[in-house]
Amino acid sequence: MSTNENELILLAHGDGGLLTHQLLEKYFLPGFSNELLDELSDASVFSMQEGRLAVSTDSFVVDPIFFPGGNIGKLAVCGTVNDIAVSGARPLYLTASFILEEGLPLGELARIVASMSDTAVKAGVKIIAGDTKVVGRGQADKIFITTTGIGLLPPQVNLGYRRLKPGDKVLVNGSLGNHGLAILLQRETLGLDSKVESDCAPLNLIIEKLLKRFKSIKIMRDLTRGGLATNAKEIAQSARVDIWLDEQSLPVDDSVRGVTELLGLDPLYLANEGKFLIAAAADEAADLLDFMKKDSLGENSRIIGEVRAGSGNVYLKTALGGTRKINMLAGAPLPRIC
Amino acid sequence: MLNNMPDPALGQKILARLPSLAEKASRRLGRPPVLMEVCGTHTMAIAKSGMRSLLAGHLELRSGPGCPVCVTDQGDIDKMIALAGRPEVTIATFGDMLRVPGTDSSLEVERARGARVEIFYAPADAVEFAAGSPEKEIVFLGVGFETTIPAVALSLELAVAQGLRNYSVLSSHKLVPPVMKALLSDPELKIDGFILPGHVCAVTGRQAFEFISGEYHIPAVITGFEPLDLLASVCLLLNQIADGRPETVNGYTRLVREEGNKKARAIMEKYFEPADALWRGFGLVPQSGLALKKEYSLYDAAARFPLQVPASRPLIGCACGDILKGKLTSPQCPLFAKSCTPLNPVGPCMVSSEGACAAYYQYEWAAK
Repeated sequence: MSTNENELILLAHGDGGLLTHQLLEKYFLPGFSNELLDELSDASVFSMQEGRLAVSTDSFVVDPIFFPGGNIGKLAVCGTVNDIAVSGARPLYLTASFILEEGLPLGELARIVASMSDTAVKAGVKIIAGDTKVVGRGQADKIFITTTGIGLLPPQVNLGYRRLKPGDKVLVNGSLGNHGLAILLQRETLGLDSKVESDCAPLNLIIEKLLKRFKSIKIMRDLTRGGLATNAKEIAQSARVDIWLDEQSLPVDDSVRGVTELLGLDPLYLANEGKFLIAAAADEAADLLDFMKKDSLGENSRIIGEVRAGSGNVYLKTALGGTRKINMLAGAPLPRIC
Repeated sequence: MLNNMPDPALGQKILARLPSLAEKASRRLGRPPVLMEVCGTHTMAIAKSGMRSLLAGHLELRSGPGCPVCVTDQGDIDKMIALAGRPEVTIATFGDMLRVPGTDSSLEVERARGARVEIFYAPADAVEFAAGSPEKEIVFLGVGFETTIPAVALSLELAVAQGLRNYSVLSSHKLVPPVMKALLSDPELKIDGFILPGHVCAVTGRQAFEFISGEYHIPAVITGFEPLDLLASVCLLLNQIADGRPETVNGYTRLVREEGNKKARAIMEKYFEPADALWRGFGLVPQSGLALKKEYSLYDAAARFPLQVPASRPLIGCACGDILKGKLTSPQCPLFAKSCTPLNPVGPCMVSSEGACAAYYQYEWAAK
């Protein structure tokens, strides 16, 4: 795919005429090609084996569209794949809808599409339908992508809040806060020389293996917006249990800890795009942890806490031995002033 | 690991010693000691480490006037919000101010209505923004103590050097030593020791706070922001109380010098001069604020954009004023966690990331 870096998206790319077709043929179809998409009919038609399906949709508006560790395209694939994966389903198909701002360099679009294509191949999902619209300059911010995913739940998988019981262990597959901080550092000119990268990754690659092997996995949750803190609180409230986390067990990279301390941010509230929480029966937790650590997406896995009888609270046992309450994020995590 | 305490074992050791020290101090006072952490960052560190729950029953920790957003007068906040409504103005601010409720609105709400409000981590970035947007009037909201004022002064230095005509500062800056004097002069004050703000003292120097023990005979310890720093300062204060020998001790020698940071003070003094200032909860405190000097009035937003705002209405039931003076703790406010929450803050102490109420709400045990 040869692209002139100077070419820009024009309103005419969205008029349904020749330029729209060129855009599809030159950029989208080569990247996403598969037998269903290549039919180019109004709808992709396919059969599925009987069973339960999982469907999820998500819109991506991240700014900046390129960031250390990924870009909006990779994120749009991972985000929806991960939502399907933590529900216990195997993601099969995605649709992708693009809103492009007049003036977006075609070279940037090409890089985003290539990244989506690579990530979809890696995750083993096919992009089977899509749409492109172009809006005038200033009416959108460069590029917005909406992806919808369809997955199939294996018959033996049975995840749900009602299965949580006091004593269950809570695990996470690695360091917290990297994505949120990587984006924040790109957005603000802080003059900080930081190496923080987004953890953006398709989690179905590890989750499928875990679900096959460990029957006592009760729920999973990807730790996106609101971070570990907000998601743990949502789980505790939905399941009507308490969750106790251990501060000393929480994995946070040194680089993340340093910068968040400086900015007065709490890594527990920062978004992740390649991290998930698992709750599983205590007797299987040690084996589960060992297995997770052997996977490239779980090398830094930890048991971070446990489920206790209660009424929807999350507590953190601090390094000092004190207890602090964890609540949902209220408003954006704001930088401190002094 | 998320462990902002380098040595939890040492922390446990200090904690084990605290009850007997507190007991000695209590015997001397005839009641459990009440200590005040003056700085908002200390308030947050105490809440995040769970320290208050560990010290409960032995001593009480109260927050002081050390959150710059919280102590900003309601009328000043209304002025900032009114300024955001002027079509030619773009407000530049630290993120903390965004959600602070004024009498009728907030910068966040004004932004949603179309006002231009930009968040910056460093005032120098706002100058750069102004240089790149000559058609806009950039007004930086100067809210902060000795810790942030030098950075704002530096932004003025940059703006002056570049000859910018579209950058100005609305100074609501405040100084910590004068408000400490105001606090100590309150006959109702029942604070037995002060945990002094390490970063402020790095600029002012230890000697600027000598009057706390020298004139008012109350122990004071300057300390850092790790849980171990805070625990050590509590020990030092309890010892002083028990011995009845108040001193103003520098417990943060890795950063704080006797005379402070002269360079930082020099740039502050180049652009600003002391002025009377209104503090939430305290009212007018003489010479506790900073105004731009006359020769820099071109960069003074108060002079460039004269504003008449209606008198602000008091926040009914809000105890922020008494909380900032250590007279009440957050859960004692009748609005706390009821009509005042982080999503619907009535007073600034609930919304600022360093506010006492926000710390209580976010991190501490549920109000009974």
